[in-house]
Amino acid sequence: MMATKKFMFVNRKAPYGTSYALESLEVVLISAAFDQEVSLAFLDDGVYQITKGQDTTGIAQKNFSKAYKALGDYDINKLYVEEESLSERGLNKDDLMDLVWEDEDEDWAEKPSIIMVNREQLSDVMAEQEVTLSF
Amino acid sequence: MAMLHIVNKSPFEKTSFGSCLNHAKAGDSILMIEDASVGAIKNSSFSNQLTSALTDKKVYVLGGDLAARGIDKSRMIDGIEVVDYAGFVDLTVNNETTQSWL
Repeated sequence: MMATKKFMFVNRKAPYGTSYALESLEVVLISAAFDQEVSLAFLDDGVYQITKGQDTTGIAQKNFSKAYKALGDYDINKLYVEEESLSERGLNKDDLMDLVWEDEDEDWAEKPSIIMVNREQLSDVMAEQEVTLSF
Repeated sequence: MAMLHIVNKSPFEKTSFGSCLNHAKAGDSILMIEDASVGAIKNSSFSNQLTSALTDKKVYVLGGDLAARGIDKSRMIDGIEVVDYAGFVDLTVNNETTQSWL
């Protein structure tokens, strides 16, 4: 039995311009197979990874934004989003995808996966982690 | 001698876009591509800088890059023009020189 650790994936880059966002998502999905306590942080330009309405037809790249909607099915349901990063970019919570998970302890009730935090709260969550992976 | 300035880095992450605006001359054109396209949005910490650039420069954004990042055209700062790849080519042809701000 492998020990369970608190893993956090820190996402700070916009998608498509570089491959960081896609590579982070791939490692996140892999980590789901190892029964760890996984959370994701979206701050700085990382908030663009989970904006709604992404349409990549004009840039001939795969639109991988829909994959974030599957994270709940892999028990990855703590997605911390930093409020200041949104507002500095002219964005707000309504610009983000509706990301949810189903709680089996409550008759599969749908619950939001996105947890809005301010900068100070996010730094507290970061301080609690045992393993931090940065993208 | 009008110049086309091409920017591909987010203004929120790197200083290239700001530096471009600090060096571009009146009458020049600025084209936002790739991650720089996010700079086109209103009410951001960068929008004032871009709005002042629009007083004497033309500013363009590659539409496909904007859409890929989930930013609707209605959210753009007034005065920015959306171009496609053909428009990108026209801009390079219609300016004497180009400079890329990496």
